[in-house]
Amino acid sequence: MGKTFAEKLMSQKAGKDVSAGAIVSVEPDYVMSHDNAAAIANTFKKIGVEKVKYPERVVIILDHEIPAPKESSATNHKEIREFVKKQGIPHFYDINNGICHQVFVEQGFAMPGKLIVGSDSHTTTYGALGAFSAGIGRSEVAAIWATGELWFQVPETVKIVINGIMPPHITPKDIVLYIIGQIKADGGDYKSVEFTGDTIAQMDIGERMVLTNMAAEMGAKNGYVPPDPVTFDFIRGLAKSEFEPLYSDDDADYVQTVEFDVSKIQPSVAKPHTVDNYAPIDEVAGTKIDQALIGTCTNGRLSDLEAAAKILDGKQVKVRTLIIPASWSVYKQALQKGYIETFIDAGAMILNPGCGPCLGAHQGVMAPGEVTFSTANRNFKGRMGCRDSEIYLGSPLSVAASAVTGEITHPGRFL
Amino acid sequence: MITQFKGKTWKYGDNINTDVIFPGKYTYQKMEPEEMAKHALEDLDPEFVNKVNDGDILVAGTNFGMGSSREQAAVAIKYAGIRVIIAKSFSRIYFRNAINAGMPAIKSPEAVDALENGDPVTVDMEKGEIVTPRGTFSFPPYPQTVMDILNNNGLINFIKSKITGK
Repeated sequence: MGKTFAEKLMSQKAGKDVSAGAIVSVEPDYVMSHDNAAAIANTFKKIGVEKVKYPERVVIILDHEIPAPKESSATNHKEIREFVKKQGIPHFYDINNGICHQVFVEQGFAMPGKLIVGSDSHTTTYGALGAFSAGIGRSEVAAIWATGELWFQVPETVKIVINGIMPPHITPKDIVLYIIGQIKADGGDYKSVEFTGDTIAQMDIGERMVLTNMAAEMGAKNGYVPPDPVTFDFIRGLAKSEFEPLYSDDDADYVQTVEFDVSKIQPSVAKPHTVDNYAPIDEVAGTKIDQALIGTCTNGRLSDLEAAAKILDGKQVKVRTLIIPASWSVYKQALQKGYIETFIDAGAMILNPGCGPCLGAHQGVMAPGEVTFSTANRNFKGRMGCRDSEIYLGSPLSVAASAVTGEITHPGRFL
Repeated sequence: MITQFKGKTWKYGDNINTDVIFPGKYTYQKMEPEEMAKHALEDLDPEFVNKVNDGDILVAGTNFGMGSSREQAAVAIKYAGIRVIIAKSFSRIYFRNAINAGMPAIKSPEAVDALENGDPVTVDMEKGEIVTPRGTFSFPPYPQTVMDILNNNGLINFIKSKITGK
């Protein structure tokens, strides 16, 4: 019997042959954290170790509450800067960079065959480049800072095969919301989820990142796209170190294989208050919205802004429309391509790259009774700061089209 | 670690997510565990923190703790008084966070089905048994790595004892 990607990577890291179910103690190549690094530093101090064991493996990117909306967040940031300096952590990205998952990839930390962990559930994103990347808790990050290692259970693997040509009104977000609607929010719980099929081959890295980002919403430990020429072109000149891509064997043992044909799906929406509460857009079309949000670690990349600009060009939005490029690099490219001007002319607001209102901390929280249509990855009750509000999730095309009409609208109307 | 827990059942449904267990708006506020406990299940059951007793047991359906990696969602529940969580299944990161906080998270769909809100329940970690008014259910022992963490009342104490030898 052959091995899956997850089994191969864990075997390599553990220095022994292991299969799904085994518990191993291994050293991650990188450990990422963001604004929660302040709390982690606090826990780290309680362990009683003076120095971080491998400072060069630590990556800290401030993104959740930037610039600081209140004194407590400012103090958090200050403590992180002091900790970084004291510990000599070389990979620190302050508030002028962007969302951690975007910056991590742009800076070349996400590489095929690497083991990456982070104190953020959407750390699964880096699997778009063939890494094994998983979200962990804060204490676990503190433990890695102190000892360099952490325990893992080698996961079983689910294979998701995506075939067919994406119609013009369909984006990777529609595909993944549809898949989550089918396999549900625990469809990938504890599992390594592999995305393959001819549709993936057509996707660029940014589009693949939508799938692996949303793997977290299936409960997956990690999401993985086998590296191909698209991956190697992207990473060339960017990679922080040498890397070795790993692939599942043809006769590897999958617990489940599911196949999807994208040519038949409609633009997808996740209704309140769970990501697996799927509806084809026609079913919820006409739902009034108060706010539109285009951005976040799921859909704040250049291709997403391009999709939004295509719809908003020459039109006026009817509701508060917040647009948040995922990084300043994305912002600059969008500026050069004229998308930012398009957004301003349409009456949208452009916020500084960061997490924005996605987790309800600032920059666009909601009032009771309000509805937001968002490109983010979560619509849980209270997520955007108010338990009596509602969040629908969709693609940048669908959200932009709905911003124009003030109600949930099929993007095909403007394409 | 104490090996036997006795308490009253607090029962909830499937897919209880971390935002309703510990709202995101508090996630980046620096809080001691006792302060976190005041917000436990705030957007799911606002009465919970006022009525929970020390030693009670939380019982839930499938995929408990799905969503964010925020550790406070485990710590808040523990410091509110809950000693053990029994669920039909746990989200991966939540399971780890619970263990790392020194709070056993036990998967037993049968026990969940047998328990009603308010029922007395006993969990015996050594025997691997859950005693309910409608029967006794067994669960498999944890791997040694997990037991080591629980016996040290959480990951940080475990690492500390490994490093200092104490």
